[in-house]
Amino acid sequence: MKLPVWLRPVLFIAALLAVWQIAIDRQPGQLLPGPIGVAHGIFDLAQHGLLLKYIVASLFRVTWGFGLAALLAIPLGLTLGWYRRGEMAFYPLIEVFRPISPLAWIPVAILWFGVGDLAAIFLIFVACFFPLLLTAMSAVHNIPAVYFNAGRNFGLSSGAFVSRVLYPAVVPQLLTGLRLTLGIAWLVVVAAEMISVNSGLGFLIVDARNAGNRYDLVVAGMVIIGAIGLLLDLAMRSLERVRSFHWSSSED
Amino acid sequence: MSAEAVMTPAGAGLKLRVQHLGMVYERDGEAVSALEDINLEVSEGEFVCIVGPSGCGKSTLLNVLAGFLSSTSGSVTIDGEAVSGPDPRRILVFQERGVFPWLTVEGNIGFGLSKLPRAQREERIAHYVQTVRLQGFENAYPSDLSGGMKQRLQVARALAVNPDILYLDEPFGALDSITRVIMRGELLRIWQTERRTILFVTHDIDEAVQMADRVVVLSSRPARIKDILTIDIPHPRNISSPRYLELRDELLKQIGLAYEI
Repeated sequence: MKLPVWLRPVLFIAALLAVWQIAIDRQPGQLLPGPIGVAHGIFDLAQHGLLLKYIVASLFRVTWGFGLAALLAIPLGLTLGWYRRGEMAFYPLIEVFRPISPLAWIPVAILWFGVGDLAAIFLIFVACFFPLLLTAMSAVHNIPAVYFNAGRNFGLSSGAFVSRVLYPAVVPQLLTGLRLTLGIAWLVVVAAEMISVNSGLGFLIVDARNAGNRYDLVVAGMVIIGAIGLLLDLAMRSLERVRSFHWSSSED
Repeated sequence: MSAEAVMTPAGAGLKLRVQHLGMVYERDGEAVSALEDINLEVSEGEFVCIVGPSGCGKSTLLNVLAGFLSSTSGSVTIDGEAVSGPDPRRILVFQERGVFPWLTVEGNIGFGLSKLPRAQREERIAHYVQTVRLQGFENAYPSDLSGGMKQRLQVARALAVNPDILYLDEPFGALDSITRVIMRGELLRIWQTERRTILFVTHDIDEAVQMADRVVVLSSRPARIKDILTIDIPHPRNISSPRYLELRDELLKQIGLAYEI
């Protein structure tokens, strides 16, 4: 039997949901709400106008944290990648900061920015900054020397060199780095919202548990986070497929 | 003025002069000599092949001539002017990955033409698409082209900026043997219509004897000029003629390869 490609994961998920529901029905208890319960929870949220509000709140923080990190880390990373001496100076510092979990920054974030949006955005920013910096640096390192030499041979000014050789050569790797990092940002938004804000999907999960053990809402929060994560990834992937960006994987 | 001097390409004006060129670089704190006392004169419109054992410094020499590397002694002058760096008036064609994968065939050919007015640029692009026979692939990306087509594209991009010298660094080295033979014919055809000075590095003796006016034989590291052979066979060359075989054997001997394997 030949199924359309998109139908396979849909059928698989439907089967899993069915198994989940049957298992909950046969063994009712406190372990986990069933999919129907979770669906009710999501409906509940939508009815109270919280669903959209929380999604927007989380996306808002991710957009700012991720966007600021991209805006600073990519130009800095490209510059450091280009000037090896600068990189040598910065490298130990980067390697010291990079393995520190974003969660470790929570107290610092609260100290600097208080409890609120800014602290959450800062945490996302920190989580995204180092992966993006390293992506940009290695993107420059990986440009074949032939492209530089060809660019120099045709007498490009340094400005034209950046826009016509350096930039197109690093774009594919940057896009992959941005996609993976956006995943990290979305991962961290939950942790960030658990501590310092009163809206968003992370807040929803903590709040649902604290205010009356609404585990249907806890799981609803998880499901929504997962679904939005998937959509963000798909959006970034479609950007990578744009023809003039997509040369790297097709070239030997 | 003798008629003979006008007939031969060598009778044309002097284009490139290399005098006592030497190149020493440092590796692990030790001075390594790559090129030693290279002396060479190339006339306008001449096709010169540079052959030598692999790793001997052929590519280093070409990179110095093209201005990508600086020599440690001696001089390179083109039209009496010292070479100080890469220059669009002479273009180096690389063995592999030389075309920009993010540009189409047209985009690549037009890469060095951004200063031309649009109409002129398009005309030039169309002309060189024809010259290297890539019609129908104007909007294709390099990833859709075969290895031979990519090298033709690179040659077209080089010719489009109207250089007076073309340096080719083993341009057909990564191609299969059938494509390589076809490409030699293509390059000769282009050279005969466009009449540029060509310096062509190869480790393929047949390639050199089939194409060059003169073949420069380099010794193994440090590279010195062992001999310069004039290939006095008119094009199209019969590759089983006695003279061809004689010159080919001579070259093999120069490189130090016995011709009984």
